[in-house]
Amino acid sequence: MIIKTIKNIPGSEITDPLVFQQRRTLIKAMAAMMLTGTSIRTGWADSSKPIWSAVPKSRLSAHELVVTPADATENYNNYYEFAFNKEDPRSLAQSLRVDPWSVEIGGEVEKPGTYQLEDILSQHPLQEYIYRFRCVEAWSMVVPWVGFSLGDLLKTAKPLSSAKFVKLTSVHQPDSMPKQRNNGMLDWPYVEGLRIDEAMHPLTILAAGMYGNILPKQNGAPLRLVVPWKYGFKSIKAVVKIELLKRPPISSWNKFAPNEYGFYANVNPDVPHPRWSQNSERLLGSGFFTPRRQTELFNGYGEQVAHLYRDMDLRHFF
Amino acid sequence: MIMQINNLRSLTIAVCFIPLLWVVFDIAFDNLGSNQMQALHIRLGDWALRFLWITLAITPVQTVTKWRGMTEYRQLFGLYAFFYASLHVLVYLAVDQVFAWRIIGIDILESSYIWFGLIAYIIVFSLGITSSKASKKLLGKSWKKLHRFIYIAAGAAMIHYFWQLKGNLAEPLFYLLLIFMLLGFRAVIWFKNKQLSQMMIPKGRASTDTESD
Repeated sequence: MIIKTIKNIPGSEITDPLVFQQRRTLIKAMAAMMLTGTSIRTGWADSSKPIWSAVPKSRLSAHELVVTPADATENYNNYYEFAFNKEDPRSLAQSLRVDPWSVEIGGEVEKPGTYQLEDILSQHPLQEYIYRFRCVEAWSMVVPWVGFSLGDLLKTAKPLSSAKFVKLTSVHQPDSMPKQRNNGMLDWPYVEGLRIDEAMHPLTILAAGMYGNILPKQNGAPLRLVVPWKYGFKSIKAVVKIELLKRPPISSWNKFAPNEYGFYANVNPDVPHPRWSQNSERLLGSGFFTPRRQTELFNGYGEQVAHLYRDMDLRHFF
Repeated sequence: MIMQINNLRSLTIAVCFIPLLWVVFDIAFDNLGSNQMQALHIRLGDWALRFLWITLAITPVQTVTKWRGMTEYRQLFGLYAFFYASLHVLVYLAVDQVFAWRIIGIDILESSYIWFGLIAYIIVFSLGITSSKASKKLLGKSWKKLHRFIYIAAGAAMIHYFWQLKGNLAEPLFYLLLIFMLLGFRAVIWFKNKQLSQMMIPKGRASTDTESD
């Protein structure tokens, strides 16, 4: 990475880290401006500051958590549309076209429609949510998302009483997504689903940014779901369609391996994956000789969400 | 001549330490990526597997090239498989879990992919500590029987590899293909020898021979 930077800045042998930092912020700010239509002057005036650093912190945000370094979060992505490893999506995802972007909301709603991303973002004030993020592969991180409540967006479409489930669909862009192009592994586009009460829960958000900046493409730009009490694969990236349904949708991983990845996928240390334990997790950014973290039921959000599953056998509905 | 062979042997011993130096280098320069713990497990596990495969490749190579004197290299590579597998296990216990035995216990109990890794390691460990010429003499006929368990170790290591993945099977499939070739070679030789011995031995005795097999 350092070598690349030197190449990109002609005439300088050594890159001042500050310059590098500003350059990155600038590129991001410019991308954000294109996306959100923010005036270019605001971006230039204070280029060292991330664009959304001033958004209010949600009361749901866990301020006491130590945030995982952005570098780790941006270089470790399960984004199977681009690659099956976690390192390549960072570069491969840059070809994704995210502007213009619209989200279609339909199904069991009074007011179906297609909404431009700019309109959605201007109508739903952004907040910062510092959440734990637990992958089904037994690693975790703490991410400061910038987003808004999914429930609030759904309400604008006026869900009917018949709406019991929510189906979210990722973008289908095979020309920029290699694994969609060659039908790699999963059925594309990626689909995820929630029960309506899960989707309406205030913890469930759509994120447009993280670390005070717009979402990097490999992390799900321009808009992704974040459901902090469920395994990471539920938090679908690059959302283009939201449908409210009478019946539960079949999610991509559930379809691929129904005995391994359930519809609920709630974080639960007592229900192991058929092939590995979910009892503990490796927190990214924690060094060698640091023990793994004990995984918490509902990823530590039990107080807020346990009532949703009160009468359910969590071993059966995994 | 002897000097040359000794040089080659020393060179081999040194070269086989390169993967370890490489890992140490990557740790020192923070090159292991976002999930360095996982990366370390994969790196050491990969090298244990590779050396096990190299060990299993010696016999076919010897048969094809007719170069005798590779037996000691088979032992050498086998010991390196043992060495890297031991590091792999040690890193899991000491660096990752930091000897938190309760969590280790649950982890092993609930993770079937670890069972296969454990089976492979127990075998590689047993073969490693009985690899010397002295134990070969001591164990006599049973030494060969014991060391045939390497095939089971290879199978268990393969399952250990496959079983922990979420879906991307390209890399383990490559190793699976290699092990099929290595074991397939042996099967072909075994089958040919059997055919040959059947042709040599009068019919009446051949049938009793196969029964006693």
